[in-house]
Amino acid sequence: MNNKMSLRYVAFFLLLAIFIILPFANDSRTLLILLTQIFIFGILAMSYDILLGYTGIVSFGHAMFFGVGAYTTAVMLKQMDNTLLIFVLSIVIGMLLAGFISFLVGLLTLRLKSHFFAMLTLAFSGLFLVLAEKWRTVTYGNDGFTFRAPDIFRDRMTFYFFVLASLVIIFLALYRFVNSPTGRILIAVRENEQRTKSLGYNTLHYKVIASIVAGIVASFAGSLYAVSLRFVNTSVMAMDITLDALLMTIIGGVGTLVGPLLGAAVIEYAQHALSGLARDYPIFERWIIFFGILYILAVIFFPKGIIGTLRLLFWKWRGKLKQRKSQVALPQEKERFE
Amino acid sequence: MEPILYTDNLTIRFGGHTAVDGVNFQMPEKHLKSIIGPNGAGKTTFFNLISGELKPTAGDVYFKGQSLAQKSAIERTRMGLGRSFQITNVFPNLTVLENVRLAVQSKEKIRYQLFRHYKSYKAISEKAEELLSLVLLDNKRDALTTMLSHGEKRKLEIAMLLALDTEILLLDEPTAGMSLEEVPAILEVIRTIKNQGNKTILLIEHKMDMILDLSDSIMVLFNGQLLADGSPEEIMNNDTVQNAYLGGLYDDHLTDIK
Repeated sequence: MNNKMSLRYVAFFLLLAIFIILPFANDSRTLLILLTQIFIFGILAMSYDILLGYTGIVSFGHAMFFGVGAYTTAVMLKQMDNTLLIFVLSIVIGMLLAGFISFLVGLLTLRLKSHFFAMLTLAFSGLFLVLAEKWRTVTYGNDGFTFRAPDIFRDRMTFYFFVLASLVIIFLALYRFVNSPTGRILIAVRENEQRTKSLGYNTLHYKVIASIVAGIVASFAGSLYAVSLRFVNTSVMAMDITLDALLMTIIGGVGTLVGPLLGAAVIEYAQHALSGLARDYPIFERWIIFFGILYILAVIFFPKGIIGTLRLLFWKWRGKLKQRKSQVALPQEKERFE
Repeated sequence: MEPILYTDNLTIRFGGHTAVDGVNFQMPEKHLKSIIGPNGAGKTTFFNLISGELKPTAGDVYFKGQSLAQKSAIERTRMGLGRSFQITNVFPNLTVLENVRLAVQSKEKIRYQLFRHYKSYKAISEKAEELLSLVLLDNKRDALTTMLSHGEKRKLEIAMLLALDTEILLLDEPTAGMSLEEVPAILEVIRTIKNQGNKTILLIEHKMDMILDLSDSIMVLFNGQLLADGSPEEIMNNDTVQNAYLGGLYDDHLTDIK
């Protein structure tokens, strides 16, 4: 156990060190932007994992929280001023708004059985998409609008470090959350909701808590996304965002937190690399096709996701080790029954 | 002594079939009563009426003198009526210890604590481990529950029921579907709980040797009706019971024990 813990710490700090040094070692702008994008979607995918992986809720409306964050930040930076203070303020307001919306939507929908819930979240996110399209005075409709990022983020490097720091903080916070007593109850809900109820827990409360936490974190990711592009349009509310989050979580491994991060890296990198190949091989202009193949392969060979499969292998290996030990311990056990 | 649990003319009908028919039974405190009867006699239905899974057609259940007619199953659990299920019903992909820990945590009322690590609540984990060693499962604490044998799952079920720390335990065939080697262990667990002397236990069981050994009293259900209720000796010597249910069956079992 202790070995495993320290191994985790070593891996964590090693990765952190690599990502801190990388921008200095390699001054490719493309790489920096790609990594920033991966981190932002990593945050989004982790928030989705709280729903899908820990509580067992399938939501098709996660993009609405992402979009709320993105629009709040973009609108405030455009309409008010592009200072750091406004940026921070917009993040906070976006998170409050997303938290409030997920609380309301959760109360209304989480009583329903899973597939009805999924459909209703889809409807709600559609509502927000229409709102973003039609409220032209603020959102400029489908075309969206550009805005100026806070001066300090003109330098891509500064923004990169800001996003990296956010990612680390959110990862640690969510890690604590899923390991808190409440977090354990979320897992119990995922495993067997009826049984959780019969232990005297009101499961609706816990599902709402999970959806609020997920909504708040998704909104934060949306704020960062808008600033990274310095542009926002209705695509941030679109189904694609939810599907990306869903696939990142599944490919990386549900219920692991690290998995979705890895999933975000795999998918963002694959998108980048496959569309990059189009310059030499025209067929890769249809890179989405290859993407589809990648998904299918992932689901066939890693049904539990990359991290989930690795973890399973680790458990099997540990189980074998234990079995060997218990063969020695067995006679003792027999004595106790006789 | 005032009974801790009693029923008044408890009846439930499913269409034309009366599954439980006007049962008046009394349960003294800190007592172990077994319910016997042939298959279809209404034993589990009777349990479901007490625990609130089913609503009676007529009559009522009283716990500590209070009517339970308006109480849901969750409320009854919180009041002190815990039950185990005949179909094991646990959290499959969590470890054995975590299953019990979740049950203890419910009792301890730390439900909304979002930011402390769950392992920092030492007392809860210790209580869970204590219960696991009581049901002789401590060697499996880190195993995933799906990996357990049927008998082990039943033991876990009992540990989770004990974790809720209810005054009354309703055990629905705790040894059903178990291999012969596993039965004595469960028997020991029930005996240990009984000897601790602070629980009232109502037990549905088919294994007569086990019942005669453990019970303070036995009640017999037959076609939904209460046929007899008394000490093990009285039940064994009751002619109606002999004719209705035990008959040859009892002789077989007697030779088994002796």
